[in-house]
Amino acid sequence: MSLAVMPLLQQFVVLMAALALFLSFVLLAQTRLVAAIHVFAWQGALVAAVTFTVALTGHAGHLYFSALLTLTLKALLIPWMLHRLVRRLGLERHTEHLRHPALVVMAGVALVIFSYWLVLPMVEQGLAFTRNIIAVSLALVLIGLLMMVFRHQAVAQVLGFMSMENGLFLAAVSATSGMPLVVELGVAFDLLVAMVLFGVFFFQIRESIDSLDVDRLNRLKEVE
Amino acid sequence: MAPLLLTLLTPLIGGLALFLVRALGTAGRLNLAVSGLTLLGSLWLAWTVAQVEIVAGLGFRVDAFNVYLIVLTAFVGLTTAIFSRPYMEHVQASGRISVLNLRLYHGLYQAFILTMLVALSTDNLGVLWVAVEGATLATVLLVSLYRTPEAVEAAWKYFILCGVGIALALFGTVLTYFAAQLVLADTESGLTWSVLHAHAAALDPTVMRIAFVFLLVGYGTKVGLVPMHQWLPDAHSEGPTPMSAVLSGLLLNVALYAVVRLKMLVDGSLAATDTPYLAGALLMGFGLVSFVVAALFLHLQRDIKRLFSYSSIEHMGLMTFAFGVGGPPATFGALLHMLVHSLTKSAIFVTVGHATHLAGTQSIERIRGLIRTQPAIGWSLLFGVVAIAGFPPFGVFTSEFLLLTATMQTYPWFTVVLLSGLAIAFAGLFRHLHPMVYGTAPEGQMPVSANLLPVLVHLGLVLWLGLSIPGFLAEWLDRATTMITGGGLL
Repeated sequence: MSLAVMPLLQQFVVLMAALALFLSFVLLAQTRLVAAIHVFAWQGALVAAVTFTVALTGHAGHLYFSALLTLTLKALLIPWMLHRLVRRLGLERHTEHLRHPALVVMAGVALVIFSYWLVLPMVEQGLAFTRNIIAVSLALVLIGLLMMVFRHQAVAQVLGFMSMENGLFLAAVSATSGMPLVVELGVAFDLLVAMVLFGVFFFQIRESIDSLDVDRLNRLKEVE
Repeated sequence: MAPLLLTLLTPLIGGLALFLVRALGTAGRLNLAVSGLTLLGSLWLAWTVAQVEIVAGLGFRVDAFNVYLIVLTAFVGLTTAIFSRPYMEHVQASGRISVLNLRLYHGLYQAFILTMLVALSTDNLGVLWVAVEGATLATVLLVSLYRTPEAVEAAWKYFILCGVGIALALFGTVLTYFAAQLVLADTESGLTWSVLHAHAAALDPTVMRIAFVFLLVGYGTKVGLVPMHQWLPDAHSEGPTPMSAVLSGLLLNVALYAVVRLKMLVDGSLAATDTPYLAGALLMGFGLVSFVVAALFLHLQRDIKRLFSYSSIEHMGLMTFAFGVGGPPATFGALLHMLVHSLTKSAIFVTVGHATHLAGTQSIERIRGLIRTQPAIGWSLLFGVVAIAGFPPFGVFTSEFLLLTATMQTYPWFTVVLLSGLAIAFAGLFRHLHPMVYGTAPEGQMPVSANLLPVLVHLGLVLWLGLSIPGFLAEWLDRATTMITGGGLL
């Protein structure tokens, strides 16, 4: 099944997912924290748009609620909380020096290829749509992971964590038309609590090492 | 249903109430009362399950496999609460902690117990995920409770590593749900474990195979499997000692429980393909590596709490390996090992808590002559370590012996690895233990007030389980074994 014969709505969903993936790359190499938060908010908005589109195709009514939840949480509330934290920590003008940015983007590309390779046998029985969407969400998850590994700034790591969650949510919404409502609410609640805790930790970390460069958290060693 | 509600609502309401209590003494006593009531609820639940096999409803499902873990969780929750009351008073007296944090401590303690009980009793894989993630969130502030740079670092590492791991598990859960949608008529129940288990053979094997890898890495991070174990020694050594006792004794079990439940699904799905033992083989691989690596790392430790956290990794590796081997004897042994390891390890951490008070340090080199200064603590530590190292007549010996026999029957060559690993671990523990217990006590080391009742009860139970496993418990574990493997041992 080629892209052209997919229903228009599915094509739209894939387009949105592709844009979300693109934003993951932007996030990966963005050095200014405030800009990165904005990118993350746009990614959340895209995921919400995907959810809304899937809801329109009429699979499940509770997806309208999920779309609203995602929009509030991922596009508005969490970015706003991060923004406020960055302002209170005085990091508005903070830029992070990235080591080997080109290499990292290449690694991101490799992860996308890997994701497509991994899902290849999984949905061979047709379903170009499902295959694309699962591969893209897996790539979002893995790029988020990559970002957490190579960024040293605590706020940037949290952004990587949250964009991983975006990927997971995208997979849940588009491949399976949404998890049961109780699970979605639970996940959203966990995410919100995690965000509050991250905020607490930013201050604890700064208090203990006078910076938010997590690389300098290096007192604990395997063998002293 | 009523006993389940009692078990789950008590820590929920109690935990919320504890956030409001200001006075430390009151909070400690209330914590104790809530834990006691939870234990009563869980015992009632166990009694009900013994009568009717399965208690189900409202998305919860309790059977022979999880009910004994629920009782264990409530029990260790209570004994640790007994230990934690004087311990936290001591901590407060030493001025390492603010009043606000103390209030937080008790509330979060109950929240942690609650998330574990929910994870164990739920029938929904999504709720299981939410609860396990909730357990991380409840404990992460407790790990950084003392606010030293080390504690903050340990907590951040724990938060990030377990957060990432558990996110991968969620991806696996989504894939499982996706596989379920292809076969189930009622898609809403696509995450209900019992429904999935009934349709396991129909689930698409390719999807389930990939899903299991994500699930294993995800929940395996929480089990503490090498190489995702990095958070564990740090979190255990920097957090307050009661936390170490429940993390080692309970949380790791809960994560392993999730892995085993999911393995049952994947086994069902892969049974007809050309790789029917894939899940088992993965568990065996991860388990064995964790077991051996942790045994070797025991030798290098300088911090007493890190020492015993590596011992936890070692034992979790052993259990993971045993569940991977599969078959009734290995599974029965693994289930028994979960029980005796929890009891012994939490007893050891309680003792270690007192020992570090006595010596005023966690450094192994500076803890000396426990038996001379305060024989009760010295002997407790000695017996705890003897038990955990797998000496007869303690229960750990029984379960390890079962595991070894089972391995001998199915994969004889692995017995060599297991035996050498056990010997290395034994040497690692005792080279550190001997001077700590028998060495010359430093000048001016004074006895501290210690409550060794939890240790006595735990080690007594482990001893009892080593001498004779009571009939009802054996029958219980056997029923669980039958559920997991399709055949019983007895």
